[in-house]
Amino acid sequence: MELFNATEVVKDYAGHRALDHVSISVEEQSVFGLLGPNGAGKTTLIRIINQITAPDSGEIFFMGRKVKSTDIQYIGYLPEERGLYKKMKVGEQALYLAQLKGMSKNDALKNLKKWFEKFEIQPWWNKKVEELSKGMAQKVQFITTVIHEPKLLIFDEPFSGFDPINAKLLKNEILNLKEQGATIIFSTHNMASVEEICDHIALIHKSKKILDGNIYDIKENYKLGIYEIETPELHAVNSHFAGNGFEVMEEEIRGNRQRVKFRKKDGESNRDVLQKLTAQIEISAFREVIPSMNDVFIQVVEHANLTK
Amino acid sequence: MNKALLILKREYLTRVRKKSFIIMTLLVPFLFGAFTILPAWLAMQDDHEERTIAVYDGTGIFLGRLENTEYTKFHFVPKEEYLKIREDLKQSPFYALLFIPPNILSSNRAQIFSDKQVTIDIKSLVDDKLEQILENDKKQNVIAESGIPDLEEKLAATRTNIQLETIKIGEQGESVKSSTEIAMAVGYACGFIIYMFVFIYGTMVMRGVMEEKTSRIVEVIISSVKPMQLMFGKIVGIGLVGLTQLFFWLIIGGAIITGVQTFAGGDPAQAMEQTQNLMNTQGVASAPAIQAQQQNMALEIIDMIGNLNLTLILSSFIFYFLAGFLMYSSLMGAIGSAVDHDEEAQQLMLPVTLPLIFSIIILFPVVKNPEGALAFWASMIPLTSPVIMMVRVPFGVPTWELLLSMATLIASIAGTIWIAGKIYRTGILMYGKKVNLKEIVKWLRYRN
Repeated sequence: MELFNATEVVKDYAGHRALDHVSISVEEQSVFGLLGPNGAGKTTLIRIINQITAPDSGEIFFMGRKVKSTDIQYIGYLPEERGLYKKMKVGEQALYLAQLKGMSKNDALKNLKKWFEKFEIQPWWNKKVEELSKGMAQKVQFITTVIHEPKLLIFDEPFSGFDPINAKLLKNEILNLKEQGATIIFSTHNMASVEEICDHIALIHKSKKILDGNIYDIKENYKLGIYEIETPELHAVNSHFAGNGFEVMEEEIRGNRQRVKFRKKDGESNRDVLQKLTAQIEISAFREVIPSMNDVFIQVVEHANLTK
Repeated sequence: MNKALLILKREYLTRVRKKSFIIMTLLVPFLFGAFTILPAWLAMQDDHEERTIAVYDGTGIFLGRLENTEYTKFHFVPKEEYLKIREDLKQSPFYALLFIPPNILSSNRAQIFSDKQVTIDIKSLVDDKLEQILENDKKQNVIAESGIPDLEEKLAATRTNIQLETIKIGEQGESVKSSTEIAMAVGYACGFIIYMFVFIYGTMVMRGVMEEKTSRIVEVIISSVKPMQLMFGKIVGIGLVGLTQLFFWLIIGGAIITGVQTFAGGDPAQAMEQTQNLMNTQGVASAPAIQAQQQNMALEIIDMIGNLNLTLILSSFIFYFLAGFLMYSSLMGAIGSAVDHDEEAQQLMLPVTLPLIFSIIILFPVVKNPEGALAFWASMIPLTSPVIMMVRVPFGVPTWELLLSMATLIASIAGTIWIAGKIYRTGILMYGKKVNLKEIVKWLRYRN
C-alpha cells in the first residue's frame, strides 16, 4: 500500500522552475531514496511533503487520501542543515519539539526517556545545546525527529557529521524504525548508503524526475553486460579472451590474483563462456558485474546532461 | 492555536527566566530612582557643620543685629584683631572673615575672606542677612520721612499673585479645570515609554527570528507549525515580556517613591517651615494661610490629574502600546527573517526605525503645540501615530481625530502583518543571498 503519493507536482519560484511535473509514490514500510545532484529540486520536494511550502499545481496524497494540514504530526523531518536552540537545555528542548508535533507532555516525556536511555545520553538532559559537541547535538536532533513515532520519516543526509560507529548506530535505528512500520524518505549523495538501506529510488535532475524504480530493477536495467573473472595465473591472459571473441575492458593484478573484466558476445550463455575459459586458464571466481548506484547515478545524470 | 500557545510560552519563559532580564527589571527602577531622587534628596540635606565667622563692622550699624543661626555664628572683632586675623586666617579659629566697609550704604559691597572657597549656603546666608538689615534701615527711613506709620503693611497689601487657571470646555459645554504642565508631563511620559518599548522589544523580535534562522532550527519548527503561528507566538510572547517588565517597573517604582516619601517624610515639612519662616520675616503672610495654600495646591494637582480623563488615557495608552509594538515588531521580524548577518540587519533596520526616531525628535515640539499641523499629521500617519497621538491624548483630542488615527493604524497593521508574513515565510528559508529591498519586493509575489 502507498503511504505517500505526489502527482505531477510543479513549483515555480520567480523566473525558476524548481519542480517540473514530478511524481513519486512511496510504499508503506519501505525506504525511499530521493537522489539527485545539488540544486536539482530535492529540498523543494521535501518541503512540499512537509507542508512547509505548497505546490503550484499537482496533488499530494497521504495514507490514501488528499493530504490535510494536520498530517504534519505524522511526519518527522531531519533537515540537512541541523539546528537546535543553542541556549536551551537538551531535555526541555526535546520536550518542546515533541509537543509542537502534537504530543502530550506525558507521552513525550515517556518516549524521550526511552530514547535517551537507548542512546545513553541521559546525563545530557540538563545541559545546554551549546555545550554539546556536533555529533552529540546530531543525536539529540535525531531523537527529536522520531520522538512522536511518525508514520513518515524524512531524513536529509542523516549520516553527515557522524563518525563511522555512530553512523552505524543510526543506520540500524533507521532500519529498526522501518521494521516497526515507519516509512522512510531518504535523501543523500552517499550512494553506498543508498544501496545499503533503500528499497526504491527516484532521481531528480534539473527539476525533473529522470529515474524511478526498485533499486534491484534499476541496477539490472543498467547492467552493461560486463563479467569479471579471477584467476591465480599472474601472466598475460589477454590472448585467451580475444581468441574467444571476448572484449577485455580492464585487467588488474592484486596480490596473488589477477582480475579481468570483459564483455562477452551477444546471446552467449554464461555456461558457454565458462566452458571456453576453463579449458585455457584456471578460474577461481566468475561473476556478472552489477553496476553500483554510484555508477548508475553518474551514468544517468551525465546522459541527461548530454541530451540537453 | 494550541501550538501557537506553546510557542508563546517558550518565547515568554526563556526570556523572563534570563538573568539579564531579571537584573534589568529589578535594577532599572532603582537606578532611575538613584539618578533622579538621590541628587534632590542630597541637596535637601542641611549642612550641619558649625562655623564661626569673624566680622569687622566698619559702619557700626550691624553690631548685635547679625543673628547667629543654628550652625553659623558671627563674632564681631575690632579693627586690630581684624587685621591680625586677616594676616593669618589659616591659623585663626574662624572659618571666614567678613569685612563690612564703612561705605557699604553707598557702595553696596562687602567682602568675605577665607582660605578655602566659602560654601554657597554661607555665601547666601551672609548676603541675605546684610541685605535684610540694610533694607530694613532704608524702609524705616522712608516710613519716617513719609509720616505714614503703617506704610509697610500698606505696601505689603499691594502685593498680588495671580493664579491663572486653565479650564477646558468639553464637547458638552462642561468646563474642566486642567493643567497644561500635567498634560505635558503625562503626554511626554506616555510617548516616551511607547517609543522605548517598541524599540527594545521590536529589536528583540528581530533577534529571535535571526536566532532561529541562523541556528537552522526554523526548518524543524515550521515542519510542525505554520510560519504565521511561529511569528504570532513570538511577537505576542515577547510583547508579554515587555508588559511584564513595565508592570514590575511600575510596581517597584511605586514602592520606591512611597518608600522615599515615608523615609524622608520630615523633609517636605521642613522645607515648608523654612519658606514660612522666610515669608514671616518679610511679613507677607501668616503661617496658616501658607499651609492652607499649599494644601490647596496639592489638592488641586490631584484634582487636575483626576480631571485628565484617566480612562481615556489609559485605554489609549494600551491601544497604542500594543498597536505600535505589533506593527514595528512584525516589520522587525520580517527583517530578521530576510538577513543572515547582523550587519545586513542594521542596514535594513534603518528605514524601519527612521519613523520611530523621527517621532521622538518631534516629541518636544508636539508637546509644546499639540494642536499644530505637525502634531496632527504625525498622529495620523501610522508609523508615527503610536508615539505622537499618545502625546496628544492628555491634552484632549477631538474624538474623530482619535478614531481616525486608530482606524488608520489598525488597517496599516493588517497590511503590515500581511507583508511581513510574506517576507517572513520566504526569508526564513533563504540562505546565502544578499538581500536588498528589491529582492524583498519580489518575495511579496511568491505564492507559498
